[in-house]
Amino acid sequence: MSGAGKAFVEARGIHVSYDGNPILERVHMSVDRGAFVTIVGASGCGKSTFLRLLLGQETPQKGEILVDGKKIAAEPDPDRGVVFQKYSVFPHLTVWQNLLLPAEIGGSPFLARLFGAARRHAEEAAEEMLVEIGLSHARNRYPAQLSGGMQQRLAIGQTLLKKPRILLLDEPFGALDPGIRADMHVLITELWRSCGMTVFMVTHDIQEAFKLGTRILVFDKVRHDPHAPERFGATITYDLPLDHKAKAAAALPPGILKTHSHQGVDVHA
Amino acid sequence: MRLMNRNPSRTTALFLGLLPFALLAIVYVLASAARLADNPADKLLPSLSTMAETFRIMAFEEDVRSGDRLLWLDTAASLWRLGLGLAISATLSLFIGIFIGFLPYGRAFLAPFISAFSMIPPITVLPILFIVLGLGEASKIGLIVVGTAPLMIRSLAQTVLSIPREEMVKAQTLGASSWQIALRVVLPQIWPALITAIRMGLISAWIFLISAEAIASTEGLGYRIFLVRRYLAMDVIVPYVAWITLIAYLTDRLLALLSRRAFRWAHLQGDAL
Repeated sequence: MSGAGKAFVEARGIHVSYDGNPILERVHMSVDRGAFVTIVGASGCGKSTFLRLLLGQETPQKGEILVDGKKIAAEPDPDRGVVFQKYSVFPHLTVWQNLLLPAEIGGSPFLARLFGAARRHAEEAAEEMLVEIGLSHARNRYPAQLSGGMQQRLAIGQTLLKKPRILLLDEPFGALDPGIRADMHVLITELWRSCGMTVFMVTHDIQEAFKLGTRILVFDKVRHDPHAPERFGATITYDLPLDHKAKAAAALPPGILKTHSHQGVDVHA
Repeated sequence: MRLMNRNPSRTTALFLGLLPFALLAIVYVLASAARLADNPADKLLPSLSTMAETFRIMAFEEDVRSGDRLLWLDTAASLWRLGLGLAISATLSLFIGIFIGFLPYGRAFLAPFISAFSMIPPITVLPILFIVLGLGEASKIGLIVVGTAPLMIRSLAQTVLSIPREEMVKAQTLGASSWQIALRVVLPQIWPALITAIRMGLISAWIFLISAEAIASTEGLGYRIFLVRRYLAMDVIVPYVAWITLIAYLTDRLLALLSRRAFRWAHLQGDAL
């Protein structure tokens, strides 16, 4: 599916199960540098699990994930930034302190605080990001005093200060109002273009997936056992490049993303 | 409108808050007056004026035998023990709490021990403390630590554990080491919980302090109460109990205020007592 050139992020034969119940099975994926990959699928079909694998928060029982040809670390690292739906910023730090934190962590191993010239340098970068995410008026507020959209803008800004090569988004706009969500789409698209990151975004909003992605992955179960719905895991069932978005949309059968009922209506694959 | 949706005004709330105190005082005064009318030498329910006079003597007049002003001597001795005991407990709970809550290895190593240790009824340890540490200050402070530290540790470890997993992952993606996360993410979020733990600890700390002083001491609020009990000196005991209550209440309020002032971020949502 991927275009020409060497793959940047690659998943090979991933298999994950919890307590003996397979969640993901035989997942293969190969993504080019700079892609914006949106991941959709019914609830509970392993999209978020897959994102946690890419993050290094979990490790697959079988298979491996490679970035730039190298196996990823088994724990999160600054190479891969993340924004979750909630709790992605630190509640005890103001907007300004949240934006200073990445530099303080990077520049001061023992105290994680910067002074003098190093601090001024960090403040410049934080100031620039503060303007970019449009939170200048709220610099001294705590996250609990921000709206959901502002919190997510802060979370994205904080993550991007670390200049990750890969940005992972786990339903980042799922809790936002439609208007705010559209603003966030503009922001994330601009940041993605200007930073040249590779983005993986899990969403349950199919329109969002088509609007933002250059490529869409659909996770679903290929095999169903009506008597034991936990029996089989999900895998990537559709992998569509979205260069011609209309064509890709037409390729998906209608109702693919409706929540599964598994109540005997499914035909055995 | 439903009762649950009706809120008292500020004045009404103040009045309602004072009402139980006033009722208690009135009941006492009436009962005391009734008993004293029967027998002016009655010791069980001394009049308010008798108690006030005794309290004045305890506070401002030198004791004939020792030359001390007993109330202040007792208060200073008790507060020193209480403060030192709670300071030790707070320090222990901060370090061990983070160790258990933050590190899976720490949890595996110490969580079962602390859980078991916290089930020891602290008073049963008092004889051991007296034998090992002697009858001096160390055993009394030791009892406060044994009585309060395990629960404070568990409470802080739980607070660390309930910091959202997302925050920990996010900090790692910013490149933070375990040490940096402990210092910049965990510790600052634990301070308000430490204050809450101290406020909880204060309740049992007073119990253990008074118990230890009652058994072996030569000064202290608990010592005095149990000493004058032999003479049925309710005119000393009741004001002392009220005095202890006042100190405990004020400490609790001060700590609550400190938490709100110093950790504003932690009090942005929800009501708290």
